[in-house]
Amino acid sequence: MREVAVIGVGQTEFGELWDRSFRDLGIEAGLKAIQDANVRSEDIDAVYIGNMSAGKFIDQEHVSALVADYAGLADMHLPTVRIEGGGACGAIALLQARLAIMSGLHDIVIVGGAEKMTDVGDVQAAEILSSTADQEWESVFGATFAGLYAMMARRHMHEYGTTREHMASVAVKNHKNGALNPEAQFQKEITMDTVLNSPWVAEPLGLFDCAPLSDGAAALVLCSMEKARKFTDAPIRIAGSGQASDFLAVHDRRDLTTMDATVVAGKRAFAEAKCEPKDVQVAEVHDNFTITEILAIEDLRFVEKGKGGPATMDGWTALNGKISVNPSGGLKARGQPVGATGVAQAVEIVRQLRGQAGKRQVVGATRGLTHTLGGTGATAVVHLFERGS
Amino acid sequence: MKTGIVSYGGYVPRYRIRPKDIGAVWGSDGEAMGRALNIRAKSVPGPDEDVITISVEAARACMAKVDLEPTEIGAIYVGSESHPYAVKPTATIVAEAIGAAPVLTAADFEFACKAGTAAMQAAMGLTLSKMMKYGLAIGSDTSQGAPGDALEYSASAGGAAFLIGTDKPIAEIDHTVSYTTDTPDFWRREGQRYPSHGGRFTGEPAYFKHVISCANLLFKRAGTTAADYDYAVFHQPNGKFPVRVAKQLGFKDGQIDAGMCVRDIGNTYSGAIMVGLCAILDEAETGDRIFAVGYGSGAGSDAFDITVTNEIARINRKATPSMKEMIADHVFIDYSTYAKYRGKILMREA
Repeated sequence: MREVAVIGVGQTEFGELWDRSFRDLGIEAGLKAIQDANVRSEDIDAVYIGNMSAGKFIDQEHVSALVADYAGLADMHLPTVRIEGGGACGAIALLQARLAIMSGLHDIVIVGGAEKMTDVGDVQAAEILSSTADQEWESVFGATFAGLYAMMARRHMHEYGTTREHMASVAVKNHKNGALNPEAQFQKEITMDTVLNSPWVAEPLGLFDCAPLSDGAAALVLCSMEKARKFTDAPIRIAGSGQASDFLAVHDRRDLTTMDATVVAGKRAFAEAKCEPKDVQVAEVHDNFTITEILAIEDLRFVEKGKGGPATMDGWTALNGKISVNPSGGLKARGQPVGATGVAQAVEIVRQLRGQAGKRQVVGATRGLTHTLGGTGATAVVHLFERGS
Repeated sequence: MKTGIVSYGGYVPRYRIRPKDIGAVWGSDGEAMGRALNIRAKSVPGPDEDVITISVEAARACMAKVDLEPTEIGAIYVGSESHPYAVKPTATIVAEAIGAAPVLTAADFEFACKAGTAAMQAAMGLTLSKMMKYGLAIGSDTSQGAPGDALEYSASAGGAAFLIGTDKPIAEIDHTVSYTTDTPDFWRREGQRYPSHGGRFTGEPAYFKHVISCANLLFKRAGTTAADYDYAVFHQPNGKFPVRVAKQLGFKDGQIDAGMCVRDIGNTYSGAIMVGLCAILDEAETGDRIFAVGYGSGAGSDAFDITVTNEIARINRKATPSMKEMIADHVFIDYSTYAKYRGKILMREA
């Protein structure tokens, strides 16, 4: 199987971009990535798009062809694929695009992720997000997305003594990082008190424990490693990828405080990359809620099970701490345009490994990881990236 | 020749409800909501009050300050988004009530919260063109906020009337300018009891964009800056937006305090900026300059550059209670009384 590298990255700002359409955002991210990669449109073999729910958010399906069309690629008649996998769709698109190059079918593939979430009201947006949970066995009984994560948080507090302050420290850290990211939705530091005093969304998760609704898009240009050197001196190799699924409904899972999909996806990615969690200096993990980042760093074995909260509070995961987690600000501060999430995480890791992350640069980063969840953890995707030698 | 405000009158119902009492019913922290909105209480119309009675009260307060024949009024326009009738004008009832009928034209206006200022502009044109001597422009609402919705903390009742004309205005309107786009931030369809709104979309791309753009157009047209005015008043959907917009435009707290009625009575919608303007005229003196920018969802802003003349001393401002006195004269009610007064309790059918 062939090796695959990222040779171009692009991203829009994230936020409530009321004057920008889904198309505008997709084009901007795509063109930035193509320019960054220095490829021509005739070099491109295929387009993979991660998008969770354009059908519900903007009444537009068939966004795969739409994105290629508006990127000026319609007359190339490229194969275009739209991937849906809840919040993990962007990360799955990346994985599928990588497979297409590994197999030898394609040489250069564009991976895009986009979501336009603010064209509907807040309540409707929350309902759409909740549709990645089990509609028949969770939502119909009144469980909201935040409520399901709140149950995981409660159990984690019960089992391991995790506190609200531990969880709040995730939000404080990610906002601190977001303040250094000019593309982040929230470029403002917050205090522990702000998080602790925010109104409940689903106890014990307050407003500031939750990632926002966002508009935004991100894109990558992938290339076979053998051709990558034609375009760049600094290809970032995708060293390993793992995807796993789990029971759709939270109540069917083995353990409320461990996401088995994350554990398995992580193991698969590390096995392929032939490295260990300790070899990673920078990670972008799924933090749609503060508890989710705590679960992620435990389930990816960056910290011991149950110690995610204290580790965060003690600064292990701060920028240039033991392992820098969510230097971009994460979903919490950078923003969460669902379909773009997995792709934006990869954009951040590539920038970190290239040494192009500006004020939030992780010093000496050579290996980075992305971790993306679909729903309440029924899908998890982990990618490992390495700076080319 | 300039047209302007010949007289004015405002009316706010006596009843008030506090945010804390609304929040208590819905399991929300009403006090925090009140703090966030910068609203201490909102006015509630009594069981026998509606946009017609409020408009009549405001019109009577307006006419009481001057010695003019109501029959000299050539037009009555009532701006509101809560006219009691879908078909059947409010304005005709006002005309009869103040003795202005039958030789006049009358109509009801609707443009969310700025229908009243639109009526002022129409009356300005009709009087400047000499089609009539006076036009009466009224903005009045008993606004609807769905139970449990964020709007319920602010949607209140009140109104104001401005007699517009070129004959001895107490305040000349030197310039007016409007800024209008199709921006669906807030709406209520035919037959719907409560409005829908776009949440945070009602802020930046709606209120702030229109108010600031319109204000800057007026500055340009008048050749002025914030420092040239003694008073400024803005549409006040809550106590936060007008403060922020004033600051952005360069106004100081001292310039906006007099017209900031929202903190004590909530958002009176079509009445909001006009009630604020009444409160300013209650205390303004000859030569004072007033900067006023309204806002209506959907969306648009009307801005007015106003200069108070020496006629202000010749009308009887004391003929009716001042806005300050009217706002201070209140009775707090609890949520159940509020629910009864607002017709939210299902009664047995007759």
